[in-house]
Amino acid sequence: MELAYFLIETVVKVVAVFAVLMLVVAYLTLAERKILGRIQVRYGPNRVGPFGLFQPIADGIKAFFKEDLVPARADKTLFVIAPMISITAAISLFAVIPFGEQIELFGRRISLTIASLDIGLLYVFAVASLGEYGIVLGGWSGYNKYGLMGALRAAAQMISYEVALALSVMGVLMIAGTLNLVEIVRQQAGWHWNILYQPFAFIFYLVCALAEINRTPFDMPEAEAELACGFNIEYSSMKFALFFMAEYAHLVAVCAIATTLFLGGWDGPFNLPPALSWIWFVAKTGILVYFFIWERGTFPRLRYDQIMRFGWKFLLPLTLANIVGTGLYMVLRGM
Amino acid sequence: MAMPLLRGIGLLFTTVFALLKGLRLTLAMFFSRPITIQYPERKREVSPRWRGVHYFERNERGDTRCVACGLCVAICPSQCIRLVAVELDNGERYPEIYEINSVRCIYCGMCAEACPVNAIKLGRNYEFVDYRRENLVLDKERLLANRPEGV
Repeated sequence: MELAYFLIETVVKVVAVFAVLMLVVAYLTLAERKILGRIQVRYGPNRVGPFGLFQPIADGIKAFFKEDLVPARADKTLFVIAPMISITAAISLFAVIPFGEQIELFGRRISLTIASLDIGLLYVFAVASLGEYGIVLGGWSGYNKYGLMGALRAAAQMISYEVALALSVMGVLMIAGTLNLVEIVRQQAGWHWNILYQPFAFIFYLVCALAEINRTPFDMPEAEAELACGFNIEYSSMKFALFFMAEYAHLVAVCAIATTLFLGGWDGPFNLPPALSWIWFVAKTGILVYFFIWERGTFPRLRYDQIMRFGWKFLLPLTLANIVGTGLYMVLRGM
Repeated sequence: MAMPLLRGIGLLFTTVFALLKGLRLTLAMFFSRPITIQYPERKREVSPRWRGVHYFERNERGDTRCVACGLCVAICPSQCIRLVAVELDNGERYPEIYEINSVRCIYCGMCAEACPVNAIKLGRNYEFVDYRRENLVLDKERLLANRPEGV
């Protein structure tokens, strides 16, 4: 009986998170276009519905009815699988993210996390690197030189920055002493947010995250100017839309993880009832998402060699120094 | 040892400062009003000397003022005006056919400047599109109809 309740609870949580996430991703595309528009002193989409609010629906319908092309010389299996890998990896990240405090419902204690894994952070990094396969295979299987170039760059860039990304959160791990994301949030309760103890790690994390989700100024794999869309060049219709959704889902996931690790998760300036504690989480994630859109409207794309040099010769040593510094601090404080 | 390190730290600070400066500019732009003119609803004021679609001025009889002298045909650099002149019973010259191919026209306004009786003029209308090229040829009737009110 307990198992049945557990299954029902998990299915309901998965469906709820998936539905909300898809809605957020759909409207994030609109939000990004609107914010970029305002940054460029124009309105952005405002024709479909009031304030352009039906634009994501129109885009979806359009993508759905487009012709689904598969290049004649493409590796058809991988070509079809690649976008699925991308979106699966991006969405799976939300399985371990704690959205809020435990709530009481029907006499059961329900935590607002789909799965409170003890290896939560490890899971995040494992699944996030799985997403790279989608991009690399997608670029390679289309039998297109630009796609191949994009895939190559994606592979090199994401693997390089994954090292620095993992190292940047190592300081948080050392302080927390656990990989469980729910535990990490609990330890930050009451203004003990990790950003106060690890401010540099937070900045490193944001920079590496940008490279990890292929956003400007690190959008090498799909550099429009020289690669004509890069890895997704041969994709059309819903397969392209899947890549697009994966990109935005990944963006939200990266911000949610930053909120969990550095900004105290659902902990807020004043305490909300447990059933509403997710509001703080959503607000902090939203601010980070806004920052990622804002910086996209500000910074131009770096050159490929500059990206690699920055990753290996600047970020990597600094994140290592951050770990050493954290270690020294902990030894001296006798923690 | 110390100098390169100091220089590196200095460079780091100037770089971060430059990045923040960029972010501040885009944030200021984000909160400023968009300069877009929402076109079909709001239209841009054109200059008084705007050279748009042509029209004919009328004479006291309500017909075109054109006396079919052919100066506009002669001066038109893109040779888009077709004129067939006839002589009326009262001895006046009259344009039997007067057509401006507005697809060829470059809207230079030379015809209006050349016209000795100020018959052909360029209006201020710029919304002039059609699905068929034939419909963009302005004949006498359309040129007369194009005359704006109250000019």
